[in-house]
Amino acid sequence: MTASGLKRSQRKYIAALLTPAMATILVFTTIPALTTLSYAFFKWEGFQRGGFAGFVNFQRLFEYPFKDQFFMALRHNTLVFIAIMILQTSLGLLIAYALFRMTRGQRFFRTVTFLPVIFSLVVVGYMWQVLLDPYYGPINMLINDLGLESLAKPWLGSTATALPALVFINLWRWVGFPAIIFLAGLNAINQEYLEAARIDGASEGQIFRKIMFPLLAPSMTIISILTFIGAFEWFDLPFVIGGSNGNPAGATDTLALMFYRLSFGSVDSNANEVGVGSALGVLIFIIVGVGAAAGQYFLRKHEVEQ
Amino acid sequence: MIAVFSSKLFFRAVLIFNAFMVLLPVFFLFNSALRETNSFASNPFALARDPHWENFQQVWSDGEFATYLKNSLLVTGGSLVVILICALGAGFILGRYNFKGNTALFAFILTGMLVPAKLAILPLFIQLKWMNLLDSHIGLILVYSSGALPAAVFIMSGFFRALPSDLDNAARIDGASELQLLRLVLIPLVRPGMAIVAIYSAIPIWNDFFLPLVFLQSPENKTIMQGLTVFFGQYASQWGVLFAGLTLAALPLITLYLVLSEQFIKGLTAGAVKG
Repeated sequence: MTASGLKRSQRKYIAALLTPAMATILVFTTIPALTTLSYAFFKWEGFQRGGFAGFVNFQRLFEYPFKDQFFMALRHNTLVFIAIMILQTSLGLLIAYALFRMTRGQRFFRTVTFLPVIFSLVVVGYMWQVLLDPYYGPINMLINDLGLESLAKPWLGSTATALPALVFINLWRWVGFPAIIFLAGLNAINQEYLEAARIDGASEGQIFRKIMFPLLAPSMTIISILTFIGAFEWFDLPFVIGGSNGNPAGATDTLALMFYRLSFGSVDSNANEVGVGSALGVLIFIIVGVGAAAGQYFLRKHEVEQ
Repeated sequence: MIAVFSSKLFFRAVLIFNAFMVLLPVFFLFNSALRETNSFASNPFALARDPHWENFQQVWSDGEFATYLKNSLLVTGGSLVVILICALGAGFILGRYNFKGNTALFAFILTGMLVPAKLAILPLFIQLKWMNLLDSHIGLILVYSSGALPAAVFIMSGFFRALPSDLDNAARIDGASELQLLRLVLIPLVRPGMAIVAIYSAIPIWNDFFLPLVFLQSPENKTIMQGLTVFFGQYASQWGVLFAGLTLAALPLITLYLVLSEQFIKGLTAGAVKG
């Protein structure tokens, strides 16, 4: 049906049914997103917009005191991305393969694996904060009971262990997600390939390495890109546990936390920097956008057709 | 390495260990909700043999949890109604009509999926203030709906496109209007899609604390996860009550998940799995 082929009544319906969705997205997503972009190019007094500022806000982001914060936060986001990519993806793949091999009881184990994903990060964060409490927390008590007192640490309170501890909590909450995506990928593989390989005498290990793993490339692409986006917009968990300053002593600071502090002021100073914050917002958007697009481009090339 | 792959035992052990790692903290959460705070110091894992239900009573009376829960239900439910109505309309049009501008509108919707809501928070804040929608559930519902709609329209249009076009023609020949066609013929057939959209949208909204934190100020407007952040500060040293609060906040979704786990898994991975 072409535009001219539509009856007048049909055109009326098209407009009436499309408008609510389009208007909502336009007013509450598209316009604010474009406005963020413009905010970065103005001077700001609190929430009052001043004159045009050119690239001054971007410049200030790379001067004292923001520069050090920015690069430290960027380093944390990068480390978190690498850690999650290695730990969460390999563990997710292991669980997915184990689920795939497990015909009996698969449903129960799959339900359990995915359970933490439905938990609110507020609940997850507070729950682990108590579990990892330095004095009365069950984890340190368990370590002490085992006679390993020297290993009992103030996990979330020390600058050396806070970020790794957050990565661990993130792993607990998220690993079910890549596991389910990989399981869907494994289930999508044509069983005939596997049967044929088995008849030819291939071992299960060979089948996994030579057939299944290459055919999982599309799942790997999706997980890598979602992990990248998630890691560079990491906010909820560090905010719940370390507050907007990324405590202790900025050890868990991230780009998104810094963006929040610049936008709304931090605990120790209420003064906000809307201009610099928006410049940072634009930079985060560029990092995530370019990273995701590049990942899509390079990883897609390695995918093989079934 | 090779031996490992041929052993079913190893993979069963992986799954059992994983289940243990998942369930132990969850069990700790529920068990601790029924314990007296003083008893934690001696043994944090002890079973709550004589359950202290008064922890829940205290949460309910002190924490204004009833108000928080009501607000969360209102915001999540309201957003779902807006999302489903808008996504049904737009998904129907984009999935079943071939007209000039269809592709452009689709592209517009897809760009909406690329915008992280958190980065647009400042203009949204100022815009809501200007629209008199700050500290209001309606403002929050509209922002949540807008965030979920691009994916929702995308998913719904896929379901509408998959239905045979003979259905439309038959209904039209029988004299049905477009709205009757949608309401009486097509909507009953895209119910599985609506379930996916509902779960995909509702869970992040129910679990979110960030937008309420920025947009809602009045205590009587706060949502459950936002209320929990206040509550945690107040009861930081009273673990029994604290865990009762966390349990109350987590229980509604856990219960639903245990009943509808297949739909939950499908719904929450809808953006990542094709087909």
